[in-house]
Amino acid sequence: MYIYADHAATTKLSERAAKVYLQTAQEVYGNPSSLHSTGQRAQEVLTECREQIAAILGASPREIYFTSGGSESDNQAILSAAYAGAKKGKRKLISTAIEHHAVLHTLKKLQKEGFEVVLLPVGTNGIVDVKDVEAAIDDSTALVSVMFANNEIGTLQPVAEIGALCRKRGVLFHTDAVQAVGHVPVNVKELSCDYLALSAHKFSGPKGVGVLYCRTGAPLTSLIEGGAQEKHKRAGTEDLPAIAAMTEALKESVADMGATSVMLRHLQDRLIDGLSKIPHCALNGDREKRLPSNVSFCFEGIEGESLLLLLDEKGICASSGSACTSGSLDPSHVLLAIGRVHDVAHGSLRLTLGAENTEEEVDYLIQSVEEVVAYLRGMSPVWRDLQEGKRQYIL
Amino acid sequence: MSLYSEKVMDHFKHPRNVGIIEDADGIGEVGNAKCGDIMKMYIKVQDGILVDVKFETFGCGSAIASSSMATEMIKGKPLEEALTLTNRAVTEALGGLPAYKLHCSVLAEQAVQAAILDYYTKNNIPYDPSKFKDALCAHEHEHEHDEGEEE
Repeated sequence: MYIYADHAATTKLSERAAKVYLQTAQEVYGNPSSLHSTGQRAQEVLTECREQIAAILGASPREIYFTSGGSESDNQAILSAAYAGAKKGKRKLISTAIEHHAVLHTLKKLQKEGFEVVLLPVGTNGIVDVKDVEAAIDDSTALVSVMFANNEIGTLQPVAEIGALCRKRGVLFHTDAVQAVGHVPVNVKELSCDYLALSAHKFSGPKGVGVLYCRTGAPLTSLIEGGAQEKHKRAGTEDLPAIAAMTEALKESVADMGATSVMLRHLQDRLIDGLSKIPHCALNGDREKRLPSNVSFCFEGIEGESLLLLLDEKGICASSGSACTSGSLDPSHVLLAIGRVHDVAHGSLRLTLGAENTEEEVDYLIQSVEEVVAYLRGMSPVWRDLQEGKRQYIL
Repeated sequence: MSLYSEKVMDHFKHPRNVGIIEDADGIGEVGNAKCGDIMKMYIKVQDGILVDVKFETFGCGSAIASSSMATEMIKGKPLEEALTLTNRAVTEALGGLPAYKLHCSVLAEQAVQAAILDYYTKNNIPYDPSKFKDALCAHEHEHEHDEGEEE
């Protein structure tokens, strides 16, 4: 059996998006900046895509900037707000401890440039408290950046409340919605956000393309110079086939969203209930306030990378927040932020489902994880110590 | 997965000498759960020869493979020879390890030394401390581990 259960990492390009990609690449190959009719045809398609994506997000077309993906969009939003804030003497940037590295590393860079960075903690449920955001905002705050949904544990953050709060306090608000767009309803008006980042390959669109929503009036600095594309805010010939395929994939995801999320909730419940039967494990993140696709667990006494390798042997594609899987020495910052100690954070497993997964596959996932965890525990000195009472169970 | 060589995957999927020795003559445990690697080595000694070696490992694929390979390389060997086992030899026997996984082979070397050191200590056998440098500095290694930059 082959089961792809790593949809938070990336998704397979949908049939329709693939068709649109090829068709656009072969038939609408003009450069949208060219004056001739072939170029202008490409410009028309670009405009249509911008309008359609804007409509889905509740934005105006002129607020949609095409980028290379989520990381670039996050970088541009944060740097733009920070530098604009600095001009007014505002050098405080507020975010959370569980953001994606595209946000965290950009903040770290700004910190080195003299900005004050405040990373708010989250509760053990993996959700930031709006009151903490409120308490952190002051007159020197240039930006608040809080993700819509976490990429590792799937928890949904109170972004609409945070957005309303920021609007009231006159502070710019950015949300990294890379894991959310195409999966749960996302509307920039309801979020009161000034910036929003999304990435096509998370909703069955192509890799290497995304969007930065920037509200009219919010400061925007270009990171790439060299042309008038995207109103001088993002130079480089537009990747029209990718943009058109992203638009198609987004329309498709949004149209199917209701049915898909009901189906995913069902599979998620089945998977969480099944894995919970394994002794000494725990679900990471809030049980209810999470993406319908995300299932994240920690298993005591084992290490995540060996778990992934053995699942791969069984045809299962999964992911882990273990240090060993990332090439770093520390386990996931997200798992540490929700209070998992190093010992158990190393034994994490993330399964993220998609529309093509079935109940039968979920049952196979449960059975396989159960077997592999038992096998690895069988050769683990930590597990032996736990069983013999020489070490205390954490989970 | 192409992260590891075939040899690593073979030892990871079919580890040799897994388990414990109830009446072990020496036991060595190195690493810590915080870092995500613990290796425990059990040895049985007869007339200065390692007649049996078993291991238990909590850790990643390369940690399990390194432990397995190390046990194969020292089983049946005289203690003095087992003490010369280096992490480089374990890595080479495994057909190489990714750079950031080399510490797994270091742990394997340390675990072997720690088990032999335990045997010498328990039996009041005099030993040359310079031969146990790695086992004796295992804690420093853990410390380096803790301070590793996450990137």
